[in-house]
Amino acid sequence: MTAPPDRPLLVAEGLTKHYGPNLGCADVSLDIHEGEVVAVVGESGSGKSTLLGLLSTQLHPSAGSVRYRMRDGEERDLLALGEAERRFLLRTDWGFVHQDARLGLRMGVSAGGNVGERLMAVGWRHYGRIRSEAEQWLDRVEIARDRIDDRPDTFSGGMRQRLQIAKNMVTRPRLIFMDEPTGGLDVSVQARLLDLIRGFVNDYGLAAVIVTHDLAVARLLSHRIVVMRHGRVVETGLTDQVLDDPREPYTQLLVASILQA
Amino acid sequence: MTPRREMIRLDDVAKTFVMHLRGGARLPVVGGVSFAVAGGECVVLGGPSGTGKSSILKMIYGNYRADGGRIEINGPAGWVDIARAMPRSVLALRKSTIGYVSQFLRVIPRIGALDIVMSAARETGLDDRAARARAASLLTMLHVPERLWGLPPATFSGGEQQRINIARGFAAERPILLLDEPTASLDATNRAAVVELIEARKRAGAAIVGIFHDEDVRDRVADRIIDVTKFTTEAPGR
Repeated sequence: MTAPPDRPLLVAEGLTKHYGPNLGCADVSLDIHEGEVVAVVGESGSGKSTLLGLLSTQLHPSAGSVRYRMRDGEERDLLALGEAERRFLLRTDWGFVHQDARLGLRMGVSAGGNVGERLMAVGWRHYGRIRSEAEQWLDRVEIARDRIDDRPDTFSGGMRQRLQIAKNMVTRPRLIFMDEPTGGLDVSVQARLLDLIRGFVNDYGLAAVIVTHDLAVARLLSHRIVVMRHGRVVETGLTDQVLDDPREPYTQLLVASILQA
Repeated sequence: MTPRREMIRLDDVAKTFVMHLRGGARLPVVGGVSFAVAGGECVVLGGPSGTGKSSILKMIYGNYRADGGRIEINGPAGWVDIARAMPRSVLALRKSTIGYVSQFLRVIPRIGALDIVMSAARETGLDDRAARARAASLLTMLHVPERLWGLPPATFSGGEQQRINIARGFAAERPILLLDEPTASLDATNRAAVVELIEARKRAGAAIVGIFHDEDVRDRVADRIIDVTKFTTEAPGR
């Protein structure tokens, strides 16, 4: 059966990663289209974070390829990209939201500085404009403007995650990678963050790859789901189909293990 | 009168659940399911509970997978077999063509009732103003008190949540409408409101497949009743 005829944004083929004798992930192929949210779920050690690292070129695969359609429409082999080009892509057309905000933010730099940095990387020079753009993004992620000069190490966990999102969104990326973005947050704080992410995906047509062990997060945010175990994809498909009619023994076990509130 | 356009065709559809957590037990649900539904008609799936009515509806929506047969949907770009379609095609069909209303609202944190219904109305292309008007009229029709409209439904009663879910389901006007017991446990006034909504969708040419336990509702909306027990498969070995 055919899909709508537009080309995918990112195409990964046969991604494999060995850590010495240990397998990180094996033979994973995945397409991501513009505006599409893919959740990668599995338990600790399933290889889901390794896959995220490979897709976002933060890890180098033992085998396989990742191609990406750049803003100019040209498809590039990401593994052949020079370091400067790769870093530019990461800072502009991509975003990365880490579970540990300290990896995504500079804790010693003000909130405004964290957001402004990405703008400066794409050539913004005018201080007043950078500051006013940063203020608008703090508004959108529901951080009070009067916190703009405060450092993120004075922020709560939920605020730090929202600041990471603002920092990433400021360059209007087309693709954002998230590693357990709600991990370790209180439930009420999670809900606020999820709502924010859902809104950005709808309003900006953002594509996202979200690694999570939480199937409720996957159901709320994603269109498609990839279930991983022992470094391999065990089942993939439409999110509600995989969660409501799981086919593989492992997926059935995962779905059956959710606590019902 | 012009002949009605077929919108849904099921041909020899089969579904079996394999329960791996119970030693791979096979649970046959339905087999040989074949019927078609045209625009402007309401086909009701009949038969006792446990005969697979809801599974058939979920397969048409692409929520359950079919193990055999074809489920063809008349989409904007022609017929698509949803049993074999790529996830993106299924999502595109749900956006353009197939609506689904169950009795359960999946609550989205922090989003108010009116916004939930409005965002459904916007999915088929209404602008904000028209979407708001449509959402407000549906909530009014279903007797959801206006003081609740701004609040997220997580704390609402089951009946209130159900009515918001119905409003959401009818907010977007799609050519195919699947109804999985939307009137279950509604009071008579709200049941009548739902019947009115269904009749309006029929007049507008929607193809409707529904499950209704309430005989009164069924008799009012059904053009045809398909007895699902004839598709119910025997367990293997019998």
